[in-house]
Amino acid sequence: MPDRTLRGQAAIVGVADAASADGTLAGTVRRLQGQMIAEALDDAGLALGDVDGLFVNDSPGWAPSLELAEYLGIAPRCTDSTQTGGSSFEVHVEHAAAAIAAGLCDVAVTVYAATPRSDRARGGGYRSGQTVGATATAEWELPYGLRMPLGAYALAAARHMHAFGTTSEQLARVAVDARRWAAMNPRARLREPITVDDVLASPLQASPLRTLDCCLVTDGAGAVVLTSADRARDLRRPPVFVLGAGTCHTHAMISQMPDLTVTGATVSGAQAFAMAGLGPTDVDVVQLYDSFTITVALLLEDLGFCPKGEGGPFVAEGVLGPGGSLPANTTGGGLAYTHPGQFGIFLLVEAVRQLRGEGGDRQVEGAEVALAHGSGGVLSAMATVVLGTEATR
Amino acid sequence: MKEATRFEPPESVAGAPFWAATRDRRFVLPWCVACGRPHWFPRDLCPHCLATELEWREASGRGRVYSVSVMAKAANPAMAGREPYAVALVDLAEGVRMMTNVVGIAPDEVTVGAPVTVTWERLGDGRHLPLFRPSTAPGTMDSPAPPGASSRSNA
Repeated sequence: MPDRTLRGQAAIVGVADAASADGTLAGTVRRLQGQMIAEALDDAGLALGDVDGLFVNDSPGWAPSLELAEYLGIAPRCTDSTQTGGSSFEVHVEHAAAAIAAGLCDVAVTVYAATPRSDRARGGGYRSGQTVGATATAEWELPYGLRMPLGAYALAAARHMHAFGTTSEQLARVAVDARRWAAMNPRARLREPITVDDVLASPLQASPLRTLDCCLVTDGAGAVVLTSADRARDLRRPPVFVLGAGTCHTHAMISQMPDLTVTGATVSGAQAFAMAGLGPTDVDVVQLYDSFTITVALLLEDLGFCPKGEGGPFVAEGVLGPGGSLPANTTGGGLAYTHPGQFGIFLLVEAVRQLRGEGGDRQVEGAEVALAHGSGGVLSAMATVVLGTEATR
Repeated sequence: MKEATRFEPPESVAGAPFWAATRDRRFVLPWCVACGRPHWFPRDLCPHCLATELEWREASGRGRVYSVSVMAKAANPAMAGREPYAVALVDLAEGVRMMTNVVGIAPDEVTVGAPVTVTWERLGDGRHLPLFRPSTAPGTMDSPAPPGASSRSNA
């Protein structure tokens, strides 16, 4: 098991995110990244000149952190272009906390922006600039016409249903509860309440998943600033400490996932909890990657919030919604708030806001411990971050 | 089903022997000489022990559906007109898993656990893409075939 030397050594001190009810944002990806970094630094009471650690996963070119640092005109002494898709930002928090604890940097920033909805309106299509290279995916998966990423999650859902008797009705409750939170979030894209029957009546996309089992496609952006625990206490907002973190990736292609009902969250979650000295019952609010309804059920099982195979009955009880015993995805999540392709940054931002008591109408009363869990690729790359207030450090 | 417009997969160095065999509708798998285990997808080293001496062996062409999803819409223009179609992960008798389509049955009748047998779809360049269809009763064409003859009957 990991030792606990990293526990509480670093803190998130600044956050920002951008999304809109119509799903679009003005500006280029680069400008949005810059705006998010500026807002998150201002939230912390820091300036760009304080940043000496840059963590960024995506870029139009070949070297994400080099290109963004150049664009911003900074010369970081700690650099990280780790790309694990939607979980990249949780991985970055883990790496940044370790870098800060080891003295490799003092102030770290991770940032994300994407504008797939505006790109589509301009005729570009989501990630249309990417061409298919001679990859293993192209050789061994693309000829079969699996819709991606939807189809990969559909295969996981079908297997989960076969193995454990999980039903579409049960999974639909994840989408219903997401809307209940989104109703309290003015920036959420989808705020109209829905019912389980609405989900079941929505068009089948890739069986067993239907339209309302799927996340949005919107523009969105966000940033997170970290520094040492000592420095954090002198800044503008109450520090949110990184109590534990863990990562595990198990595959890149869905056809290589060892067991479609078990994710690497079993490893990342166990490590994060062990480092934090906490367990699932200690968590007051969770932010779980909800690319699809099945994703949430799998993560709840693998993180230990319910036994393996019982994710369906667990979510069907409505525990994830407002007033439930495990408030989850309090923005409305990727299903109802925003989803620009890689949702992980928003999980961190909302977890921090909940622990600062800035949740407004959707604040979970007395939240002291939050868990943010990112999933990247097609259930490929899992990363868990356990966060806590000063009282928990 | 429209047959002419499959996305034609690129051919890696490691995958070339597989694709070459498909020109004769032979289904072969890479096995490690050192540890004696097969793997999929084809690599130019063994993912179990990292040894580099591999050999290609005739595969049974038989397996079971591990999971399946029916695409209500085509994933790309090459698949347009085929929808709805079943994309499956099939566990082969040899112990490896591959992505495929299950054909020869209504897509929504493909079930997890169903026994399936390889069949082939010709690609524009003369290679064939391995697909699977429901197996028929034991003792007929789906019985284990002798090496070298396993999949020729399944055109």
